[in-house]
Amino acid sequence: MQGNTNNSSVGDVYTAILGLMTAYVHSIDDDRLEEWPDFFTDNGSYRVTTRENIDLGLPVSLIFCDGKGMLSDRISALRKANIFEPQVYCHTLGLPEIVKSTNEHHSVRTNFSIIRTMQEGDMSVFACGRYFDRIVEDNDVLRFQERIVVLDSRRVDTLLVIPL
Amino acid sequence: MSELRASTEPPLAWPQNDYTHVPYRVYTDPNIYAREQEFIFRGATWHFLCLDIEIPNSGDYKTVYIGDTPVIVVRDEMGEINAMVNRCAHKGALLCYRARGNLSELNCIYHNWTYNLRGTLTGVAFRRGVGGKGGLDDDFDFSQNGLQTLRIQCFRGLVFATFSEKTLPLEEYIGSELIASIDRVFIKPLKVIGYYSQMFQNNWKLYVENNKDSYHASLLHVFHNTFGVVRPTMGGGIKLSENGWHHLSFTERTRISDETFSGEKVRSLDESYSLQDSGFMEHYLELGDKVTNSIQTIFPTMVIQQILNALAIRQLVPRGVEKAELMWTILGFAEDDAAMTKHRVKTNNLVGPAGFISMEDGVVGGFVQRAAKADPEATTVLPMGGSRIEPSEGSRVTEAAVRGFWKGWREFMEL
Repeated sequence: MQGNTNNSSVGDVYTAILGLMTAYVHSIDDDRLEEWPDFFTDNGSYRVTTRENIDLGLPVSLIFCDGKGMLSDRISALRKANIFEPQVYCHTLGLPEIVKSTNEHHSVRTNFSIIRTMQEGDMSVFACGRYFDRIVEDNDVLRFQERIVVLDSRRVDTLLVIPL
Repeated sequence: MSELRASTEPPLAWPQNDYTHVPYRVYTDPNIYAREQEFIFRGATWHFLCLDIEIPNSGDYKTVYIGDTPVIVVRDEMGEINAMVNRCAHKGALLCYRARGNLSELNCIYHNWTYNLRGTLTGVAFRRGVGGKGGLDDDFDFSQNGLQTLRIQCFRGLVFATFSEKTLPLEEYIGSELIASIDRVFIKPLKVIGYYSQMFQNNWKLYVENNKDSYHASLLHVFHNTFGVVRPTMGGGIKLSENGWHHLSFTERTRISDETFSGEKVRSLDESYSLQDSGFMEHYLELGDKVTNSIQTIFPTMVIQQILNALAIRQLVPRGVEKAELMWTILGFAEDDAAMTKHRVKTNNLVGPAGFISMEDGVVGGFVQRAAKADPEATTVLPMGGSRIEPSEGSRVTEAAVRGFWKGWREFMEL
């Protein structure tokens, strides 16, 4: 961005990225999880890992969906198979930073935190970290070709079932 | 704090002279927790610390926990692996406060007491005082003020430690049959492909029991059944060490032709599968047999896992009476190429805090903890498979391994 406010197309791109970022987290926070795979391209990938693994160059992820089929399966499993206490997320996003833009994609980094509220009222900071995204235009809509969620903590409380 | 000290008085009486009833008090009583630290975690038991490949060079160290006790495991200049309590002999401060690193000596940041990589005290700041005043008395004995060291035994690249001189050698402790199942998984040089941990809102023993409880697997974790996964893996059973302390639960393919078996990948699924992309459940038979799932526990808190191609060591750390943290070390083989590593990462969707077939283990212990604490004198009932502690061939519908755990627990706890 380099603070160039005169270039309206850059501003448009930034606004569009903001739209993608906020629509993504609001769909999760509002339990519209069936929409979740559509934020990704057909071959898009989603990975949840930790700062420790990134720093050590280790590939393991808490969740790794490679393509839309696996993304959809995560939601089917959550709805139909997995057992967990009712809980909701409230995402809070930092401002996205466009790290690099090419004709093909935008590399964007965004901080986030998630407060998880359980049905009995317990609230906790469930996750805090950064999204590292590769965003592309796909049928005139911005989508994630890759979203890597890097958690600051190595520790997950109880379980992770709703996507971050 | 005195009520939290391990007392010589047994803190509970068992309702029956067998292992089919367990009082809820064992999950909630701080006196029992304190006694466990002394009699189990610092008693004659072996604890997994790390893999030797995690500390390959002189001075490499990792910090871990055995129960509540912080421990340093470090490789010294001679290439030997040593373990010591991570606590300065002077004031009791943590010596190493990072997860891992490399150092040439252990140096306490508080008053600069220094130890070599075997835990011997080698230096005390201002030992001669300043200007001839202060400092140590002449008769201060460095050799009596080193770190508390642990006994180490390495097996197949796994580093174990114990606080007690009385602990049986590892092979005897685990027993020959279950040692063989460690050999089975650790047949080739390993590499670590990741770490994470999972916090349970329950007493540590509820997670240990969960691992030994093969009865719950298809009942709590319904991922396979929900998606119509036909598992050609109905063979299997439970093995127990002779003392009952350790167990192995396994399933194996029974309907695979020999051609398919010879190193090829096999779909564990058929056409009725309703997931969109089941590729992550493909299984490369890489261990020389048809076993698809193998969960092995080593008393008290270690788990060795093979689920398809997802290999891991899980080490449980109690974090107070009502919490426990599971430290996952996820493994591959050193020979894995990029495609195999990616496959393992995909298969790991099944396990861990977000695992399709394991996430429920994160919450179910908490459900017991919350429900049980109101009534410490009531008991669980463990009737499946009778009251015996013995192996089970062909069926995993048994709680024999759970009873085996309680047998070991009572022996160590002298209760």
